[in-house]
Amino acid sequence: MHEMGIVLHLAKTLDQTAEENKLTAIGRVVLQVGEVSGIMTELFTDAWDYFKVRHPVLKDSTLVLETIPAVTWCDHCKQTYETVKYGKTCPYCGSGETWLLRGNECVIKEIEAE
Amino acid sequence: MRIIQLNATVTDSNLRDAEALREQMKQNGTLLINLMSSPGSGKTTLLSRIIRDLKDLKLGVMEADIASDVDARRIEALGARAIQVHTSGMCHMDAGMTAAAWEAMEARALDLIFLENVGNLICPAEYDTGAALNLMLLSVPEGDDKPLKYPLMFQTSDALVITKTDSLDYFNFDLDKCVERAKKLNPGIEIFPVSAKTGEGMAGLESWLTQRLAAWRVRP
Ligand SMILES: Nc1nc2c(ncn2[C@@H]2O[C@H](COP(=O)(O)OP(=O)(O)O)[C@@H](O)[C@H]2O)c(=O)[nH]1
Ligand SMILES: [Mg+2]
Ligand SMILES: [Zn+2]
Repeated sequence: MHEMGIVLHLAKTLDQTAEENKLTAIGRVVLQVGEVSGIMTELFTDAWDYFKVRHPVLKDSTLVLETIPAVTWCDHCKQTYETVKYGKTCPYCGSGETWLLRGNECVIKEIEAE
Repeated sequence: MRIIQLNATVTDSNLRDAEALREQMKQNGTLLINLMSSPGSGKTTLLSRIIRDLKDLKLGVMEADIASDVDARRIEALGARAIQVHTSGMCHMDAGMTAAAWEAMEARALDLIFLENVGNLICPAEYDTGAALNLMLLSVPEGDDKPLKYPLMFQTSDALVITKTDSLDYFNFDLDKCVERAKKLNPGIEIFPVSAKTGEGMAGLESWLTQRLAAWRVRP
């Protein structure tokens, strides 16, 4: 469900980019996806394949997904740690007063186009 | 083939739509308020109370729901203008959908429009709907640790409405702690503890909304 919304916006952003840069075809699309963004890559590529045929400049495009590791900040002992490994609880001091620094994003890094 | 560096978040096209809608609503003098919370936090009940209290203002409600129209019927029964938006499976409203709802309402004379977003504390925070104000609801039974779990929602909200305060005696909800956590994430956030059941705290929230409407209508 979430994937569908993101794919819709991605297709729209790329359509606009194509128009602004007078592109006729887009090839590789490199997307950086945060480890804890909640995006399921399989669902995402399926949704993409469904949508791309509806956008002429995107019909031959391929998605390349890169992962951004998730990092959490502990506000109690002022250190960072790997989110996926330790979750909400700081492995250094046991505090739960922690929050995500990165790993939640979804960024279009670059596209290949003509 | 050439490479174009974009480094744009996927939601950039939505941001542009949102800015356009906000400007259009400002020209029209209508304040759009986006309500976000978990399902069952009391959005529809709070709106029902506000509709009864703010009789001098013309109010409208956009009810976003994955499939049903129960909430829109509850609101219309109170005499406010309501429209049901089906998100067809999508877990949030985006600016394009909100703009379409605003068109469909054909209600240019309204003062305030509330958008009851899909019940979910994650996705709605990531999509600007074009609303002038973002209100987040957190009900007492959900617990005071929510700011730690959903920081983005607290960061993107202009106000936090802590609902169902009449149930404070029955839950381990530390109001001061919750306020402290919310302020840490978002120092400028306004906080209104209310009970839509007893009416406690409602006047403060309602006068803030009225002030924000007046401010919205002052041209910069
Ligand atoms: N005790 C109490 N219950 C409330 C209050 N506001 C809402 N509720 C109850 O919470 C449930 C969900 O409310 P609703 O407004 O439908 O939540 P929504 O899903 O966020 O729109 C209903 O059973 C309401 O009666 C309140 O201020 N106090
Ligand atoms: Mg509701
Ligand atoms: Zn720590």
